[in-house]
Amino acid sequence: MAIAREAEPVGSLKEVREAGLDREDLLGVYHTMLLTRGIEERGHILYRQGKIPGSFYTGRGNEAASVGVATAMGPDDVGTPLHRDMGVHVVRGVEPWRIFAQYMGRADGPTKGRDGNVHMADSKLGLIAMVSHLPAMLPVAVGCALAFRIREEKRVAVGWFGEGASARGDCHEAMTLAGVRKLPMVFVCDNNQWAYSTPTHLEFATEHVADRAEAYGFEGVVVDGTDVLAVYREAKRAIEKARAGGGPTLIESLTLRMEGHAVHDDAFYVPKEMFERWAENDPIERFRSWLRENADMSGEEEEEIAAGVKKALNDALKRAEESPLPDPSTLTEGVYATPEDLDTPHHK
Amino acid sequence: MAELTYLQAISDGLRTEMRRDKRVFVIGEDVGVYGGAFKVTLGFQEEFGHWRVMDAPLAETAIVGACTGAAIMGMRPVAEMQFADFISCAWDQLVTVAAKQRYRAGTPVPITVRLPSGGGFSGGPFHSQNPESSFAHIPGLKCVCPATPEDAKGLLISAIEDPNPVLYFEHKHLYRRIKGEVPEERYTVPLGKARTHREGDDVSVITWGAMVYTAEEAAQQLESDGVSVEIIDLRTVLPWDKQAVLESVRKTSKALVLHEDTRTGGFGAEIAATIAEEAFEELDGPVKRIAAPDAPVPFSPPLEKAFIPQVDDVAAGLRELAEY
Repeated sequence: MAIAREAEPVGSLKEVREAGLDREDLLGVYHTMLLTRGIEERGHILYRQGKIPGSFYTGRGNEAASVGVATAMGPDDVGTPLHRDMGVHVVRGVEPWRIFAQYMGRADGPTKGRDGNVHMADSKLGLIAMVSHLPAMLPVAVGCALAFRIREEKRVAVGWFGEGASARGDCHEAMTLAGVRKLPMVFVCDNNQWAYSTPTHLEFATEHVADRAEAYGFEGVVVDGTDVLAVYREAKRAIEKARAGGGPTLIESLTLRMEGHAVHDDAFYVPKEMFERWAENDPIERFRSWLRENADMSGEEEEEIAAGVKKALNDALKRAEESPLPDPSTLTEGVYATPEDLDTPHHK
Repeated sequence: MAELTYLQAISDGLRTEMRRDKRVFVIGEDVGVYGGAFKVTLGFQEEFGHWRVMDAPLAETAIVGACTGAAIMGMRPVAEMQFADFISCAWDQLVTVAAKQRYRAGTPVPITVRLPSGGGFSGGPFHSQNPESSFAHIPGLKCVCPATPEDAKGLLISAIEDPNPVLYFEHKHLYRRIKGEVPEERYTVPLGKARTHREGDDVSVITWGAMVYTAEEAAQQLESDGVSVEIIDLRTVLPWDKQAVLESVRKTSKALVLHEDTRTGGFGAEIAATIAEEAFEELDGPVKRIAAPDAPVPFSPPLEKAFIPQVDDVAAGLRELAEY
């Protein structure tokens, strides 16, 4: 039996306006979703061309979830997005060419070639780079919220995790600490139904991951992760509640991982009908239809956005390919921080 | 100058930084109302309030992870593990997240984790360990092991000020047993700089933490035999003062590496290998190691006594080297 609240879909433009987005914002959200998918599609091509070493992960099917939550964050809020959350980086303003440079292990990627794929973040944009050990970033996000609480700042931390990662102890410890201290924290579970090849019923025994929230003393809500506006509205509510001192919320965003765990994985274990059913709910197509029906997005506007995204991707790719590979003589630089490194906006 | 115990010096260092810098806060199990299992933070919550002296749930991963997040947001967290042994529960946060964040993402993580470590009280396998060598193997971390009250204060302040994750191993057997003059003002002791605890000409002992005092007693025994022993207290094992060790060994031509942690893969192995690599021509005998045997720390007093290197073990090792 479900305990978490199930979020309502967002209907009209009026409802969206009430939630804080005007028509121009909505077209911006659409642009960001297209750009997010485009970055990963181009990345996949680069990978097949042998230009990306190592492995490659995408968040196909999760664009509404990542973009929706990030759009609800304030400029001074911070987050710890994971490997299905490219949209968060894009919303926060990372330049796409730096993402391609990161993919290709170039010197101008956010990690300068020290780490690969989505293991990156620009701290100036309020993001902290993920590690492979999921969900190790949740306690870190809780620590950001703790800093805000100690300093009595009206800022919120958002921590992402997957339904697979929900099995780990870090998740429990992070929620326990955030719950007992009522920290300004929003937990976002990207439930894409498959932890590599393991289905949800072998990962958790409740109906929803969000059902657990009550046990930690805060609200849990399940939202359709293919509906960018519903995700946005729930994230906005949770973030503003946290900002106002109301404590954490756990949002579970339900999607399907539309590709394998990484691109080497053909996901043969996912039933074909499941893919077909969820393909009908493609988040970008769904939002495009909504904009046509509810916000009078014209064919011209749509084409203009698509052309803008295409140009941005072409330019980004060109610039990234011009970026040099890192110099091996720099290998051991920066293992330790120097006092000058603390000269950041966060350490003032 | 005031005479303080090693434990009081740690409290003094922490209090000094908390009074000076509002970004410093303490989080750990029972550190608030109770003042910590060993009372290092006794009275702190009254002075600094419950948001700067936070009782955490029994969740070491969350404690260290939250310190990392708060540090990235500009705070200077000091976590207390109730016993150093429990740091195993926060391994991932230290090794996977904190230690690598500067290198791969350019994000410094200025946290200090206090670790009451070491045996000698029948604490048994889970309240007596010296896990410094496990962490000294991790690039990105720093490991501090003070032996004297003066160093305990100065090294703690350096650890808090340092822009990196620092593990501060405070030896429980020194807490109330060791007293010394400690300056009342704020001062720092640099990380990575060894201290000559005792000057000598015939054999060098390289050690840290509580073993400094074991070495001292052994050196006194050998004095009556006419053997002059030099004791180098490393103070920090990561980074470690290679230069000071090599200088001492070049002077005496004989080296004994001593630690309370177990032998195989202990940090003494790194020191011995470095001496062999870089001072081989100057040695008049083999580099000797004295360490605990490769076993968990046992509970019963005769077993524990046989486990922890004793003064007589060190004296015997020194005599053996002196005869070369």
